[in-house]
Amino acid sequence: MSYKGKFRVWRGDSEGGELKDYEVEVNEGEVVLDVIHRLQATQTPDMAVRWNCKAGKCGSCSAEINGMPKLMCMCRMNTFAEDEVVTVTPMRTFPVIRDLVTDVSFNYQKAREVPAFKPPADLKPGEYRMQQVDVERSQEFRKCIECFLCQDTCHVIRDHEENKESFSGPRFLMRVAELDMHPLDAADRQHAAQEQHGLGFCNITKCCTEVCPEHIKITDNALIPMKERVVDRKYDPIVWLGNKIRRRPA
Amino acid sequence: MRIGVILGFFIVYATIRIFMNKWYWVDAYHYLTPLYSPCVTSSCVEGSSHLGTWFGNFPRFLPFSLITFVVLAGFRGTCYYYRKAGYRSLFFAPAACAVPEPHKNYTGERKFPLIALNLHRYFFYGALVFGVLNIYDGVQAFHGDGGGFGIGLGTVIIWINLVMLWLYTLSCHACRHIVGGRLKNFSKHPMRYRYWTFVSKLNPKHGTFAMTSLFTVILTDFYIMAVSAGWFSDLRIIN
Repeated sequence: MSYKGKFRVWRGDSEGGELKDYEVEVNEGEVVLDVIHRLQATQTPDMAVRWNCKAGKCGSCSAEINGMPKLMCMCRMNTFAEDEVVTVTPMRTFPVIRDLVTDVSFNYQKAREVPAFKPPADLKPGEYRMQQVDVERSQEFRKCIECFLCQDTCHVIRDHEENKESFSGPRFLMRVAELDMHPLDAADRQHAAQEQHGLGFCNITKCCTEVCPEHIKITDNALIPMKERVVDRKYDPIVWLGNKIRRRPA
Repeated sequence: MRIGVILGFFIVYATIRIFMNKWYWVDAYHYLTPLYSPCVTSSCVEGSSHLGTWFGNFPRFLPFSLITFVVLAGFRGTCYYYRKAGYRSLFFAPAACAVPEPHKNYTGERKFPLIALNLHRYFFYGALVFGVLNIYDGVQAFHGDGGGFGIGLGTVIIWINLVMLWLYTLSCHACRHIVGGRLKNFSKHPMRYRYWTFVSKLNPKHGTFAMTSLFTVILTDFYIMAVSAGWFSDLRIIN
């Protein structure tokens, strides 16, 4: 069962571009990336698209489909009506290189700004001991495939280019939370989260959670707990006093 | 849009109700609306001051339920769910995911006044105290006409509201953090891990509890107002 699907794809480069209309064959069981590949094979051999696994695990084919950030390989064509125009555009938050390919180096820069796991000074490699219950909370965050859809949809940088310098975005705040929840991490993540990674910019509107293809509860399980930890350290005098008096490690 | 209308309706309704300063107590069945609990001023209707009177007569323009209003409005106003709902529906920051927001600048929750939203945990502590008082009010509502035990439709409504309020309060993100979320080593605190696990099961439904309890509070208050004002009488099930 195939039909001619109507596609509107953004074509251009860093200098500018436009949406162009195409009619492409769509077959049963296909996803948007299949159709983009057919378009590339039959009509637009010069169209740039980044892809790799076609299984929702590499995070390469991120784009915006009818305005919503999605993985093209995980967006089924049967979710659209046959006469519906499917618009495919590159991720808006990042600069376009060409067609559907964007320059996501912003994310790698932010990744480098998060200090790596820092074990306690008195422990050597091989001496780390921890229970499953201590690490399972942050294991959810390890499912991240770094598709950067959460970064793309976050309005803090999507609509305000000027915030990119001081805001790391949900993906890397989640990384900070993951490390802060690690039972053996000894670095001060809480001050860094607020002051260097811009956690205070987040107004928990949960768009990062909505677009995550791995269904990680970024806001509820990483960002809000991290906000509460920052409150412990920066804004809650009772917790501060309690820690001073009792000196009890969490 | 729909959420914005609901929030707007509740804000208007609650504001009107707290300034009415009447129709909050049904003496025959000991129904006290949650918006006026506890009623602790000398201006309160006789019988409604379960905890005694802490203050003298309030002037007409000052709500008797000022403390209740500050704590409960503060708890909901700083709640992570309502923040999300408010930012989206009232401030369009953003109105929906991937929809451009209209504001030229955005500083988030880093500066005054929005930095005060970090007070959420203190309002949570307050909401816990008020939750206990609401249980007391709920027990009082098993009061029959003329004394003794009794159950009416008002009692049922009050208890449904009570359950929803407690589900909303216990599923709160601050509660989740306080009971155990702040720990790094759950294995060293098995009891707190169990509390955290329990709250973590409720937490994903926090938004549902938030909106449902908003409706049940309005319903409870309206029912008690209507019975108190004599618009209709309470449907009695027992006595």
